[in-house]
Amino acid sequence: MKDELDKRLDNQPDGPERRGSLKDIPVREELLPRWVKGPEGQEYVVEPLQDYFCQAGPTVQTPAYTRIIEDLFNWARAESLWILGFGTGCGAIEMRPLMTPRFDAYRYGIQWRPTPRQANLFVISGYLSVKTLKRAIRSYEQMQNPKYVVGLGSCTINGGMYWDSYNTIKRLDDYLPVDLYITGCMPRPEALLQGFDDLKKLIRAGKAEGANHYAEHFDWYKANQKRVIKDWDMPDYSW
Amino acid sequence: MQFEWIMVPYSLLTLFIVVNYGLLLTALMQKIGARVGRRHGIPIWQNYVDLIKNYGIRSSITHGVMFYLGPVFRLTGGVGLLLFVPTLYGSEMFSNLSFAGDLILALYFIFFGSLGMALGAGESGHPHSAIGVSRGLSQVTTAELPFALAVFAIALQYQTLSVTEIVAAQQGSVWNWTLFTNPLAVAAAMLSFLGSMMRPPFDVVLAPQEIPIGPPTEYHSSYLALMQTNRVIFPIAKIVVYMNLFFGGAATWPVFFLKVFLIYFFSLFVGVVFPRFRVEQSVRWFLVWALPLGIAAILVV
Repeated sequence: MKDELDKRLDNQPDGPERRGSLKDIPVREELLPRWVKGPEGQEYVVEPLQDYFCQAGPTVQTPAYTRIIEDLFNWARAESLWILGFGTGCGAIEMRPLMTPRFDAYRYGIQWRPTPRQANLFVISGYLSVKTLKRAIRSYEQMQNPKYVVGLGSCTINGGMYWDSYNTIKRLDDYLPVDLYITGCMPRPEALLQGFDDLKKLIRAGKAEGANHYAEHFDWYKANQKRVIKDWDMPDYSW
Repeated sequence: MQFEWIMVPYSLLTLFIVVNYGLLLTALMQKIGARVGRRHGIPIWQNYVDLIKNYGIRSSITHGVMFYLGPVFRLTGGVGLLLFVPTLYGSEMFSNLSFAGDLILALYFIFFGSLGMALGAGESGHPHSAIGVSRGLSQVTTAELPFALAVFAIALQYQTLSVTEIVAAQQGSVWNWTLFTNPLAVAAAMLSFLGSMMRPPFDVVLAPQEIPIGPPTEYHSSYLALMQTNRVIFPIAKIVVYMNLFFGGAATWPVFFLKVFLIYFFSLFVGVVFPRFRVEQSVRWFLVWALPLGIAAILVV
């Protein structure tokens, strides 16, 4: 089946190139190009990675309004931080007390959203294994501009206690644009609240433009990501 | 009803008051819910900030035409429901666009938003949306049944389909309210009310801890802001219908604010006391407990 597919792809004008580019990366079976027979007997190639996903990269979204309105928006963004409910490492356990009566982060406009579409703050909570990095990248890219990343704990800065582990990343900043680090192993919930407060100051000052930084240096980030993720079976940018 | 142009700014004024009241009231209800959990909860102005932030998000993506129209339909349902029912009884300014058959239109508008949402969320292609929509529609449909029966009972009782006339028939004394003249219909409708407020025990459709986060999984930025706007208008609009049909309506804004708060508080009160139902449980609950009440209300009339 696969040989036949290769042969048919070779007959197409740009077939060999496409097959060549696919060969370098191990791709899951269902994402490989395949021949499909239509209801009236016509045959055509379906390339899931090309056909099912948008191939365009991210674009820089500059502030579109006058200074006053942009300041208002920045204030609203700072006072309405919606955290993506995605815990990567042990740090996720430190976020739970923030929701409950003892620390109650809702008082400061911090809420948790279960879907990346609605969230604007991604807290990488602790160590990030390469396998999770893949999901973290996809989730980050599905969030809408402007979006912020906070690295929680030493692991996101230099690997922390996992500094010599073979399957965790060491510097989060190489893969996603980090706006703020909260140090500690683990940082206490008070430290998190302090960190969110500092992030609010950055946002209000208009300095938290990580999403645009990611779009500007997209190639650099992608190269770093692909260096550690060996089985890259997803589109380059997840819309 | 005679249409006059002055009704347009009057209606917009109603809408403005209701949106602001809704934004504050929703936050207040969340704060009360948080207090039950021994938290302080969100600041009272948080809904405004969230709204501004979502309108201020710079990028957004689309999944197709219906994805655009879903939130628009939803907002139409809320605004339409509000505008075709008299907000204040006997007020020239705040009777909005109510007319002789507005009760039927109100019933339709209550359901309209859910249908629009179903189409929009369906096109987003996210499996969680599809599951959320099927759960939501089955729950809303069974919750609507007792309400529809109660409305028919009331229409039979007062021999009219005009909300204004139903309110007029309840004036004079508290004992003229439908609450006392037809308690079965009110009981059925209030049970159905719990099902449509998206609060526990019937909030499995939207609860973030369940399948994330139901129909609006893919909605973001301005789409979500539109839906948030509707989430503050629609409950108030629905409560206005309830207030007019069962609790004697309101002749002034202070009475309006008080009655709306109390009716809203009823759903909150039940919500913080009882745990969440699964969908099949809530469907069964409505069919077993609320539906017979509605049928009995019609039989008694």
